[in-house]
Amino acid sequence: MSHDPELFDVAVLGGGNAALCAALSARERGARVVVLETAPRAFRGGNSRHTRNLRCMHDAPTDVLTDSYSEQEYLADLIRVTGGQTDEMLARLVVRDSATCPAWIRQFGGRLQPALGGTLQLDRTNAFFLGGGKALMNSYYAAADRLGVRIVYDAQVFALDVVDGRFGGASVVTSGRETVVRANAVVLAAGGFESNLEWLKEIWGDAADNFIIRGTPYNTGTVLKQMLACGAQPVGDPAQCHAIAVDARAPKFDGGIVTRLDSVPLGIVVNKHGERFYDEGEDVWPKRYAIWGQLIARQPDQIAYSIVDAKVARTFMPSVFPPMVASSIGELARRLSLAPAALEDTVAAFNRAVQPASFNHAVLDGCRTEGLTPNKSNWAQPIDAPPYWGYPLRPGITFTYLGVKVDDRARVIMTNGQPAANVFAAGEIMAGNVLGKGYVAGVGMTIGTVFGRIAGREAAAHVVG
Amino acid sequence: MLSGDLVQHGHHVMTVCNACRYCEGYCPVFPAVEHRLTFAKGDLAYLANLCHDCGECLYACQYAPPHEFGINVPRMMDGIRVASYEEYCWPRFLSGAFTHQRLTTMVSLAAGLIAVLLAKGSSRGGVYAGDFYLVVPHDVMVTLFAAVALFVVTALVIGRARFLRGIAEDTVPVVQASRPARETNLRFRMTTAARAFCDGLTLKHLHTGGVDCTLAEEARAPWRRWFHHATFYGFVLCFASTTVAAIYHVVFGWRAPYGYTSLPVVLGTIGGAGLLIGPSGLLALRRHRDPDRDGADRSALDTSFIALLFLTSLTGLLLLALREGPAMAALLIVHLAFVIALFLTLPYGKFVHGIYRTAALVKYTRERSTWTS
Repeated sequence: MSHDPELFDVAVLGGGNAALCAALSARERGARVVVLETAPRAFRGGNSRHTRNLRCMHDAPTDVLTDSYSEQEYLADLIRVTGGQTDEMLARLVVRDSATCPAWIRQFGGRLQPALGGTLQLDRTNAFFLGGGKALMNSYYAAADRLGVRIVYDAQVFALDVVDGRFGGASVVTSGRETVVRANAVVLAAGGFESNLEWLKEIWGDAADNFIIRGTPYNTGTVLKQMLACGAQPVGDPAQCHAIAVDARAPKFDGGIVTRLDSVPLGIVVNKHGERFYDEGEDVWPKRYAIWGQLIARQPDQIAYSIVDAKVARTFMPSVFPPMVASSIGELARRLSLAPAALEDTVAAFNRAVQPASFNHAVLDGCRTEGLTPNKSNWAQPIDAPPYWGYPLRPGITFTYLGVKVDDRARVIMTNGQPAANVFAAGEIMAGNVLGKGYVAGVGMTIGTVFGRIAGREAAAHVVG
Repeated sequence: MLSGDLVQHGHHVMTVCNACRYCEGYCPVFPAVEHRLTFAKGDLAYLANLCHDCGECLYACQYAPPHEFGINVPRMMDGIRVASYEEYCWPRFLSGAFTHQRLTTMVSLAAGLIAVLLAKGSSRGGVYAGDFYLVVPHDVMVTLFAAVALFVVTALVIGRARFLRGIAEDTVPVVQASRPARETNLRFRMTTAARAFCDGLTLKHLHTGGVDCTLAEEARAPWRRWFHHATFYGFVLCFASTTVAAIYHVVFGWRAPYGYTSLPVVLGTIGGAGLLIGPSGLLALRRHRDPDRDGADRSALDTSFIALLFLTSLTGLLLLALREGPAMAALLIVHLAFVIALFLTLPYGKFVHGIYRTAALVKYTRERSTWTS
């Protein structure tokens, strides 16, 4: 980047799915576009590199989706998972535009898996990227490069010049040098703040030290914080995040999909005192895994242990970390650094409380306990078949909900209720408009794609006309 | 050899893949991984030979270096694959040939040259009128090549049997309910083998997702597949040419040299052209190969075999063109030496990949049929 500040039509801050969709969409309309990606090239793509599919409305089966998934059903799913904390107008926009996402992906070289029923039974609602999100990002970056989008890696935006809702430039550190990138419009697509440990500590206190960040270490929320400071209207609960139970041995950042653990509903989960604290069998795992991050975050030292026995050891997706294995509960407790007597008491009480029923891990089988606090509602079987397996669990944060409010043209809404003149937002930084809380698989990528395209289109229209 | 370190590393990589599964749409390796829980020597040898080294899964991998998990599936597979060639090779003491490919090639060439020179009849002052058998008498040539062929076929057959035994000692796939009953069924065995051969002959899994072969990240072109086809089918045509010529000689008593429009010469010329185009293309592509995909320098393993194929064809075509001239005797000797070297190195070089991969594809087709049933 030269010392002489070059003037671009559109600056895109961020380098994930929403950012690239915005850049491609603006470039398609003739704008001169620069993408400022904080990460080095090897880690480009934000959290999109850890994704694998996109939720997609469709009226009839396609080569990548089975059956149909109507606008009404999709919208109902969004309203259900968010408990109504969604801007219905924007949600409907996302749902409708999602139908065109597969064609858009292919237009820029992305590849989708044929609908065959893979690992997850989501082929009806979700289109799967061949090779996952990183492969899709590779395709988008290659297309952007081909089309003449300027891409700058290792570009840390540390300040925004936005006065009265008008963007003038972004201060950037790149290759150890400070520069100002000027553009006639800006698209904010730099994600949430889940990897900003100080920010997390402001909300959760010292407990945040024990959180694991599932995705990129580059989502520090700097752009989000700057834009809120510049008078953007916030949206989404600032103190909430999407968190699941991950293996406590996962790396602090970027462990992605392989650190999750699906053993929870098949056994019991205890805290560091060896005590159960929540109904492990409340509902099917895909509907419950996202509450376990918060549950563990509220336990002492933010740690928990999933314990299963040999009966169910092969019925969940293999974990990347080997289980702690022992031939008795006491020995397992010692391996997990728990008090053996406490764990033995918990397991014994649990085993006594199990009611006779026929176990079936594939359905809500009604195998439950009685007289415990808390009880287990499904898949309760005595834990009595050695060897016993134990996995340590920590809260693993996927994303945060706080964002900037936007309208249907992806314009950032300022605190005075007026849209900013030339500031647009897409992706996780505005996902809270649609997803005030909760989550449903693949919707983050849909929001990013739909609003990325809108933001790029509107930014280009603002500049090029 | 499939050492403890290699197996341990392979197990680690495959465990990460099995917990991720994002690559399951690329090729058969990943569905095969998903039906296993642990990865022992036999599993890894099977998976590594099922892998066509397209490279796509490296670029798609969220855990690829510099990520701390450092997952590089093509490189791991490459290491296991070469180790499996050594592990199952016969006789075992020649397993070092794979890592000393250039030496192996030179020794084979020297052996070929000495054998031909010893077999050479007494010279009659360079007047051969295109008759090869005046240089090397027919019976001597047949005896020499029969001996070489017997050795080579024995080595290949034993190697394949060892490989099959090795990959049969895999960990039990998760779902295999109807496997034993069906595997003994002849019709089942025939149809699955036919499907596997078809996938092998079309190199279906070299172009993942139905598009071109991967040269580098987001760079795909059909060339690798086409050059491989030219090489393989060129080899097949040359082999057919020799077979037809043998039938001409033995059955009909028609002696070489055959006319330029005769079947052996036409087959040999087309096949020879394939063996010039294919190997030179593959060599050229190697120069553009992404270094991230290769581990320790294995290039000699590929290039030695490719070079031998090319030179065998080149000397053969030169011999054809100049057979009426004075250079014929010298060319024949050189060509035969290359042919012998090529055949001697078949069990100890890259050629075995075709045998092992086909066997792995057959295992995969049979395994897969038990998943869906």
